Amino acid sequence: MHLVRKLAQYLVALWVALTLNFALPRLLPGDPVDAVLSKLQQQGPVDPESRHALEVLFGNTGGPWWQQYLDYLAGIAHGDLGTSVTYFPTPVTTVISESLPWTLVLVGMVTVLTFVLGTALGTIAGWRRGTWIDSLVPATTVLQSIPYFWVALIFLYVFGVTLGWFPLGGGYDSNEFVPELSFAFIGSAAYYAILPALTILVSAIGGWLLGMRNMMVAVRSEDYVVAAEAKGLRPLRVMTMYAARNAVLPSVAGFAISLGFVVGGSLVMEQVFSYPGIGRAMLQAVSNSDYALMQGLFLVITVSVLAANLVVDVLYGLIDPRTRVHA
Amino acid sequence: MTQLVTAETAVAVDVAAARSRPHWIRPKSVIGGVIILAVVLFAVVGPFFVQDPHAVSSDGLTGPSAAHLLGTTNTGTDVLAQLAYGARGSLTIGILVAVLITILTSVFGVAGAYVGGAVDDAFSLLSNVLLVIPGLPLMIIIGAYVQHKSLWMVALVIALTGWAGGARVLRAQTLSLRSRDYVSASRVAGEKMWRILLVEIFPNLLPVLSSGFVFGVVGAILAEAGLSYIGIGASDSITWGTMLASAQAGQALLLGAWWWFVPPGVLIAVLGCGFALVNFALDEVINPRLRTYRMPRQDRQERR
Repeated sequence: MHLVRKLAQYLVALWVALTLNFALPRLLPGDPVDAVLSKLQQQGPVDPESRHALEVLFGNTGGPWWQQYLDYLAGIAHGDLGTSVTYFPTPVTTVISESLPWTLVLVGMVTVLTFVLGTALGTIAGWRRGTWIDSLVPATTVLQSIPYFWVALIFLYVFGVTLGWFPLGGGYDSNEFVPELSFAFIGSAAYYAILPALTILVSAIGGWLLGMRNMMVAVRSEDYVVAAEAKGLRPLRVMTMYAARNAVLPSVAGFAISLGFVVGGSLVMEQVFSYPGIGRAMLQAVSNSDYALMQGLFLVITVSVLAANLVVDVLYGLIDPRTRVHA
Repeated sequence: MTQLVTAETAVAVDVAAARSRPHWIRPKSVIGGVIILAVVLFAVVGPFFVQDPHAVSSDGLTGPSAAHLLGTTNTGTDVLAQLAYGARGSLTIGILVAVLITILTSVFGVAGAYVGGAVDDAFSLLSNVLLVIPGLPLMIIIGAYVQHKSLWMVALVIALTGWAGGARVLRAQTLSLRSRDYVSASRVAGEKMWRILLVEIFPNLLPVLSSGFVFGVVGAILAEAGLSYIGIGASDSITWGTMLASAQAGQALLLGAWWWFVPPGVLIAVLGCGFALVNFALDEVINPRLRTYRMPRQDRQERR
C-alpha cells in the first residue's frame, strides 16, 4: 500500500514535469518561434514559409491546445523529442546520447569518491568530537558557502593559467584524437577530467562530512554503543560496526539522490571547463533558443532524478526496517 | 570506571558552561554577526561614497590605483563602485527570496499540517512533487523563456523553485506540535485557529524558521550568482553575480585581471561564512546534542 502511494506520487511528479515542459513555452512571454526567426533574420532574408515550418518544428501543429498536448505526450511516448536547432538537423535524442556519457562518467565517479571520502572523514570527526579533525568541519562549511563556479575559476586560474599543469577546458585533446576506445584517448580524457573532478570534490565534500559527523555525534550516546564499549570491544570495531553502520543511513539516502543529480547537477562545472556533457548542451540550447533540445534535456534530467528518488524510497525500507513501521 | 568519571565531569562542564552565559552568545555567532553587519553596512552606506558604477572611461583594465582603489573593468568602470552597488543587489535578492520562502513554507508546511485532511494531502503532494523536480534546470528553463528579467523576477524564480524542502521540515515539526497537550488544551478552551497557530505553534517553530531564513539568504545569493554566471540573471541591476559574469565574458581570467573577479567572489564567500557561523550557533540551539564542550585537558588524555 505504501509503495503504491509512493508510485502514484512519482507518477504525478513525472506528469507535472512533462506538463511544465509543455506549458512553460506557451504561458511565458516571448515566443520561441519569434526568437528563432529574429535570429535567422540577422543572417539574411527569411522567406514567409519558414514561420510555418518553425511552428511545426516546435510541435505547434495548429489545432486546440489539448490536441497539441496529446500530440506532445504521444511524441514522448515514442521517444521522439524533436529536432535540435543548434545542431540542425540532428534529432534531440542523438545530441543527448552523445553528451550523456561524458557527464555520467566524470560526475558519477566524482560523486562516489566525494561520498566515500566525506563520510569516512565525518565518521572520524563525529567519533572524536573536539579533536583537530572535528575543527575541519567549519572549514568545509566555508567552502560550501563559496559559489562553486568561483572556486572552479580560481582553480582554473591557478593550475591552468598560472602554473599550466592542466588544460583550460574541453573533454579531451581534440587536436590529436577523435573519440574512440583506445588507451591513449582514455588517458587524454582522464587528464582533462582531473581539474573539474577536483573542483567538484572540494566544493561538495563538506556536506557529506557535516551530515555524517552530526549523525555520529547523535549515535555516539546511544545505549548500544555504550554497551559495546563496556563489553571491551576494540574501539575501531565499535566505531565502524556499531556507530557508523547506523549513522550512515541518512547519508546513503542522500547519496542515492545525488546519483540522480549526476545527470543534471554539473551544469555550471561544464560551463566553466567547456566540458562536452549534458549541462553544456543545455546551456548552448539556452543561448541559441533551442527549445526542443532544452525540453528534451530537462526531461532526461528530471526523469533521472525521479528514478533515483524512487529507488531510495524502495531501498530505504529494506536497509532501515524502522521506516516501514512508521510509514 | 574511567569512562563514567569522564562522563560525569563532562556533564559538570556542560552545566557550568550553560549557566555562565546564554548559549547563543558564543564566539561563532558573534563573529558571524559582525561579518554580516559589516557587509550589510557596506551595501547600505557604500554606494554613497563610491563613483558611478556605470561610468565608462578610457583607462580600461587597470590594476588598483589611487584613482580606482580596486582597479577598473575592461570598459573602464570602477570595480569598487560596482562592488558596493552589487552588494545592494545581491543582498536585496537574498532577503527577498528568504522572505518569500518563509511565507511559502509557512503556508504550505505549517498551515497545511495544522488543518490536516485533504488540504494537507494536497499541500504535501505539491511540495513533494516540487522537491524532486530539479531546481537549477527548471530555473534555467524559466529564465530562458523570460527575455528581460528584473531583480524581482529573478528572486521570484529562485523562491518558487526553492521552498519545497523547508516546507517538508516544517510540516513534520508542526505535526508533532499539534498533538501536544498544551495545543489540545487551547483548542478545547475554544481559542480561534489563527490564534493557536500564531501564539502556540509559531513560537516553537522559530528556530527552524530562522535557520531556514538564513539558508534562504545564502542559497539565493549563490543561486543568483550561478544564474548570472550562466547568463540569465537580472538584466536591470548590478549584483555580485553579474559582476562575475561580465568578468568571465571580458576574459578577466586569461588576462590576469584578478582585481576584477576575486573581490565579488571573496565577498560572497565572506558573507556566506558569516551566515554559516550564525547557523552553527542556531543548530546548537535547536539540537543540544551537537554542542561541543571542551573537556579539561587531563580527561582528554585519559580517554585516548
